[in-house]
Amino acid sequence: MASKYSNVTFQGFRRENGRVGVRNHVIILPVDDISNAACEAVANNVKGTMAIPHAYGRLQFGEDLETHFRTIIGTGANPNVHSVVVIGIEPEWTKRIADGIRTTGKEVAEFSIEQKGDFETIRAASWAAKDFVHKATEIQREECSIAELWVSTKCGESDTTTGLGSCPTVGNMYDKLLPEGITGFFGETSEITGAEHICQMRAINEEVGERWYKMWKAYQDDVIFAHQTDDLSDSQPTKGNILGGLTTIEEKALGNLEKIGRTSQYIDILEPAEQPSSGDGLYFMDSSSAAAECVTLMAAGGAVIHTFPTGQGNVVGNPIVPVIKITANPRTVRTMGEHVDVDVSGILRREQTIDEAGDELIDMIRRTANGRNTAAEALGHREFSMTKLYRSA
Amino acid sequence: MSNPAPNEIPHLLVHEEADNVGVVVVEGLTAGTDMLCCITHDNSTFRLTAGDDVPIGHKIALTDLKDGGTAIKYGEDIGKIIADIPRGAHVHTHNCKTKRW
Repeated sequence: MASKYSNVTFQGFRRENGRVGVRNHVIILPVDDISNAACEAVANNVKGTMAIPHAYGRLQFGEDLETHFRTIIGTGANPNVHSVVVIGIEPEWTKRIADGIRTTGKEVAEFSIEQKGDFETIRAASWAAKDFVHKATEIQREECSIAELWVSTKCGESDTTTGLGSCPTVGNMYDKLLPEGITGFFGETSEITGAEHICQMRAINEEVGERWYKMWKAYQDDVIFAHQTDDLSDSQPTKGNILGGLTTIEEKALGNLEKIGRTSQYIDILEPAEQPSSGDGLYFMDSSSAAAECVTLMAAGGAVIHTFPTGQGNVVGNPIVPVIKITANPRTVRTMGEHVDVDVSGILRREQTIDEAGDELIDMIRRTANGRNTAAEALGHREFSMTKLYRSA
Repeated sequence: MSNPAPNEIPHLLVHEEADNVGVVVVEGLTAGTDMLCCITHDNSTFRLTAGDDVPIGHKIALTDLKDGGTAIKYGEDIGKIIADIPRGAHVHTHNCKTKRW
């Protein structure tokens, strides 16, 4: 059924595999930590490119290594990325990552450092990067349907105002845009604790709900209860949450879950950094509640815009995905206004309804998709944090 | 239920009718303030006197809460009360704790 949101369009970049991006980055992507320096040198040589350094990629194994590969490949494959220069220390994992990104059809050039050194690698990679910049800067945005957007969410530095204002604003957006065919992501496994009975019920059917519960329970048992030293009250809620008035994980979780609105249901569950394959709809990604880790995983899963409700004022950004900050806390608007894209503090004053705030967010999503830089982009926040499941070999 | 003055901004928001705590949504709330309280679920209002100076974002008890009881917000259990809390007083980590870890 057509709604007032059905005809919303934006100017995006249509990629070879049919997906639509809202940014047009040429990235220099290290396979591993020791290739960061070469990547940064290439990005310094060739303007209009961006290196994405990170801390890992050596001696990982098993599920931890698979998560690493999914994250790096997914980052390169994201439709906000036009083309990719991949640099690793040795050729085999470098090729595995380059080939993984190539399945999208986009251009990828790969280089390995062993037996060449940084100088020769940087020289050759800089030529490829320069070629990609020329190509990227010649392509044009074209009109795309709102249904082609993949939008993720995760909140941070939450307080009680997030549950009253900014999270319900995101939920209202999902309630309006998921029926239009967008793809959505939410997650933060540990932060559902206290609201797991509600989250399980929000699955599209019983089977998905049971799989969700098993995933949540496994994290509780295998990670939290296996590693906790006393209780998690020093970490969940965080010190910032507590300063903002949140007292318990249950209270935080109930506010967090406001992000999926009143009617939205999730259709499937994703591994960290996994790309959805069950069609349009909302997905739960098994993910950390740490801001940069979570946004990095959802970007690797294919989200092109991230909506980020905050209470006390989280400043996180991402190298390839614009992060839209929404707050309802008037003190945060006053003290940290440079980080705020959508001010919904009117909800607390009862001057603005959740419905109006949701429309305001949808408009900011449209403008951001058209190219408006977010606060995090303008301020240079490019946090890229790999999720590490256990110690390397 | 009283009717708020036109354009009066609430001091305290409550999610659901069943809740026994509400959230301070103004800065600099001091003890003794006659608070306008609003239940967001149905926009109904009531008044309550603040018992403490309570920062924005922090919670206030809507009824006398007893040690061993349960704090209710969003109509749900958000933790156990670990000290007697009089109506109007500040509710936080000093008198309320998770039941989870």
